[in-house]
Amino acid sequence: MEIIIRNTVNQPIYEQIYSQLKAQIISGTLAPGEALPSIRALAKDLKISVITTKRAYDELESEGFLHTVAGKGSFVAEKNLDLIREQQLKELEDHLSAAAGLARSCGLTVEELIDMLRVLLEEENL
Amino acid sequence: MNAIELNHIQKSFGSFAIEDLNLTVPSGTICGLVGENGAGKSTTIRLLMNALRPDSGTAKVLGVDASSPEFRAVKEDVGVVLDEAYYPETLTALQVGKVMAGTYRRWNQKRYDEFLSRFDLPGKKPFKDFSRGMKMKLAIAVAMSHQPRLLILDEATSGLDPIVRDEVLEIFNEFTREEDHSILISSHILSDLEKLCDYIAFLHRGRLLFCEEKDRLLETYGVFSGTAEQLASLREEAVVGREASGYGGIRALVRREDVPAGLELERAAVEDIILFMVKGAKK
Repeated sequence: MEIIIRNTVNQPIYEQIYSQLKAQIISGTLAPGEALPSIRALAKDLKISVITTKRAYDELESEGFLHTVAGKGSFVAEKNLDLIREQQLKELEDHLSAAAGLARSCGLTVEELIDMLRVLLEEENL
Repeated sequence: MNAIELNHIQKSFGSFAIEDLNLTVPSGTICGLVGENGAGKSTTIRLLMNALRPDSGTAKVLGVDASSPEFRAVKEDVGVVLDEAYYPETLTALQVGKVMAGTYRRWNQKRYDEFLSRFDLPGKKPFKDFSRGMKMKLAIAVAMSHQPRLLILDEATSGLDPIVRDEVLEIFNEFTREEDHSILISSHILSDLEKLCDYIAFLHRGRLLFCEEKDRLLETYGVFSGTAEQLASLREEAVVGREASGYGGIRALVRREDVPAGLELERAAVEDIILFMVKGAKK
């Protein structure tokens, strides 16, 4: 497990832990059932606040990426691919609706917006 | 459980008063107490240890009222380091250890010896010949060796060089690996507190201006650098404090949520937040 805390970025510390752990769980670097360090141990090792670490764990737990057994610690949850996919689709939807909003304020037509997306996708495929 | 609970504490000294002080330090956390000289930090600590009686309000330490007779027993569980260490001048570190072994029921001699060697403290030199740093280190070694659950540190890192300070902070950090271990620390070295603390409590002229999660503070505020006109375009409530350079530039502490999202802000250190707030309060 790898976590790198950087003070230079404007991302809050709990979000840095949250997103790095989440990425490692999704990619499988952290295997389902694997034990995570206790909140307190992780906080002390990273020299950050216990409260902040707890916030990151709580968020991951509420999204189903890990589960906590009282007295035993936190474990990576069995991966639910449907759930993750669902979540990513929702995120995609959010981004698209933000894009749609911007397009509207720039006076872009639907066709122009779709063209833009097509160009971007084709660029990525090269 | 809360390690420390101050409820509506009132204490007046004529020209200076602690007013309606409410402060809670949850068990297992580290709280940093900051404020200017004379803000009431040491008074707060003395109220906690029952060295001062409040005019009104209650102080609870590890769940026990500081003014109750049971509080004597609680003192076994509290390690206190004040900004000056007072031991009889002719005693050596080894003799201080012997006295403490007879004072505290849970005195851990092995741990004390480890601290003496870790801090490079001579065993046979009399206390009066100790440097300021050595005195502080001895007081910290004593406080850690009677196996407390709560550490109360009043300027305990002042007078230590940066290397030793870092080592001492690491010891404090390790101390709170245990879930029921807590620390209240006051210091003027705000960067130390930023490294160590879960909460920051800010006293100003006898009043508690805030007690906030450190990381939330750092998330809430940012430092803006730019021209006075740029700053004037921001909403009034977004700006907490400002400082002009005299060359057209201005630095200001702003609330992130009240400024436009695109505005580039520097990360605010605890030091920036406190300094700007004190300046803001003086106006």
